Amino acid sequence: MNGSAPATRGTARWEHFPHDADVGVRGFGATPEEAFAQAAMALTAIVTDAEVAPATAVEVSCRAPDLELLFVAWLNAVIYEMAVRKMLFARFAVTIADGRLAGTLRGEPIDVARHAPACEPKGATYTALKVAQDAGGLWSAACIVDV
Amino acid sequence: MDPARFTRVDATAWRVEPHGAMRVPAVIYADEDLIRAMDDKVYEQAVNVATLPGIVKASYVMPDAHWGYGFPIGGVAAFDPDQDGVVSAGGVGFDISCGVRTMLTGLAVPAIRLVQQSLAESLFREIPAGLGSRGAIALDPFEMEAMLAGGAAWAVARGWGEARDLERIEEGGTMAGAEPACVSAHAKERQRREMGTLGSGNHYLEVQAVAEIFDAPAAEAFGLAENEVVVTIHCGSRGLGHQIGTEFLKEMVIAAQAAGIGLPDRELACAPIRSEIGQRYLGAMRAGINCALANREILGHFARRVFGHFFPEADLRLLFDVSHNTCKVEPHAVDGKTRDLFVHRKGATRAFGPGHASLPAALRATGQPVLIGGSMGTGSYILVGAAESEAKAFSSACHGAGRAMSRHAALRHWSGRRIVDELAAQGILVKSVSTRGVAEEAPGAYKDVGAVVAAAEHAGLARRVARLTPLICIKG
Repeated sequence: MNGSAPATRGTARWEHFPHDADVGVRGFGATPEEAFAQAAMALTAIVTDAEVAPATAVEVSCRAPDLELLFVAWLNAVIYEMAVRKMLFARFAVTIADGRLAGTLRGEPIDVARHAPACEPKGATYTALKVAQDAGGLWSAACIVDV
Repeated sequence: MDPARFTRVDATAWRVEPHGAMRVPAVIYADEDLIRAMDDKVYEQAVNVATLPGIVKASYVMPDAHWGYGFPIGGVAAFDPDQDGVVSAGGVGFDISCGVRTMLTGLAVPAIRLVQQSLAESLFREIPAGLGSRGAIALDPFEMEAMLAGGAAWAVARGWGEARDLERIEEGGTMAGAEPACVSAHAKERQRREMGTLGSGNHYLEVQAVAEIFDAPAAEAFGLAENEVVVTIHCGSRGLGHQIGTEFLKEMVIAAQAAGIGLPDRELACAPIRSEIGQRYLGAMRAGINCALANREILGHFARRVFGHFFPEADLRLLFDVSHNTCKVEPHAVDGKTRDLFVHRKGATRAFGPGHASLPAALRATGQPVLIGGSMGTGSYILVGAAESEAKAFSSACHGAGRAMSRHAALRHWSGRRIVDELAAQGILVKSVSTRGVAEEAPGAYKDVGAVVAAAEHAGLARRVARLTPLICIKG
């Protein structure tokens, strides 16, 4: 499965990739921030194919010693908010400075009948973890999510 | 995976001799077809585990193994603290103490058929399942601490279970050494409204028929009779375990980097058992085990309540409750000497043989029930621990069918609606909030559980006692 957001720079998109038991998420963007935000959209798409309204904003922040560890920390921050608030998120804004990430998640409470959640992300893993920029300058951020 | 990468010992035992940084061999128990069907990553991960400090005897792989995180799913490894052994958050996994419990109902299949539809609907209503579901139980900070320290015994004391269950739960229902103070506020918050919920993915509650008996004396000792009905629950420590796993994995990755430990895979992040972080993880992980034991006890109580409504005379007795994502301290004989080892079972079931001191009197002569989850369509198995399993893999066996196909691929192959209809035509009612979730868990996405348990039996890990087929599946 793959998809794209209303992108500002035209390169933003996300995709899922297979793992024996779980699911890989990969976001692409012109910057690491955009790739991180797109990967979080892939995370939501693990749970539901239904539309999610960006009605309520939730702020998160996390810190890690390198960009790859920060990516896992970011996805885990989103998973935590999904679990505790019982919400799904549709839009993500990310800023990264000095190893610290600040994110805004916009979403709505899970409506079991409408969203029909297929599964529940348990945690982002360090498996198939890669944050990199290709020769053309496009950033990607990927890892396996345990569901 | 090409079997030629292994040295064949016999039809269901294959070795990788130590090379490179490996401290011990890797040993895989599976037949040739199962090995062929496995991802190459299983080989790589089994070899990586063999490089970890303090590993004893071998890095073992069960017949249902598949590509995991750091450890293969279906991996067993024991570490000796006297040899700088480690404890690994990745070696336990995110769903700490995920496991299976089976309860005997004493009811016959025709009695269920009479009420099958309404029983399925009642169970689906009463057992909160899937993301976004809320349990009826909310824990305040005091109760949270009591639950994390007390496990299933806590649930029983609160009226969500029966005291007679406890001897048929590993550790008597309470994991010793749990340190609720080592569990973060985030992990506790994630669990506050999750007690008595099933979760999602491959978790389920099933009403099952005993379809076939392989070992009549063991079946009798277990209380299993052909055409009788059992209830089986597969789930774990919910958000609390996931959060503990997430946090300690991150901490151990950073600690390993800082200490200059070169790990072949970050997910193998571990810490010496005798270190501050190692001890803190063990305290938190054991609290996570108690959370899983309490959760399954509560879910069992909910199932009893529903059955009590339909069958007032029914007495649901717990056969056994066993976890398959744990690290436990166990005495094992190594080179003729008994040593206390930290045995990691990641997607592997403890399988104590006859006579083991931890087993209740009614089961001791027979051995421990080993509960194997299959898929929605193909059924499940109950095995019994074999005496020779101690020497084979620290008394461990497989835990399920193991996936043969990714969720991604399953979605391309199957429609959830069609699977529900096809299973209904076979007399199996599937209830789920998500038809896509059903497609991801399609029976065809799993390996042949019959081949897995046959290999486990041939390898001497555990012996088949009974095969179960589903009548009702409440899918998480």
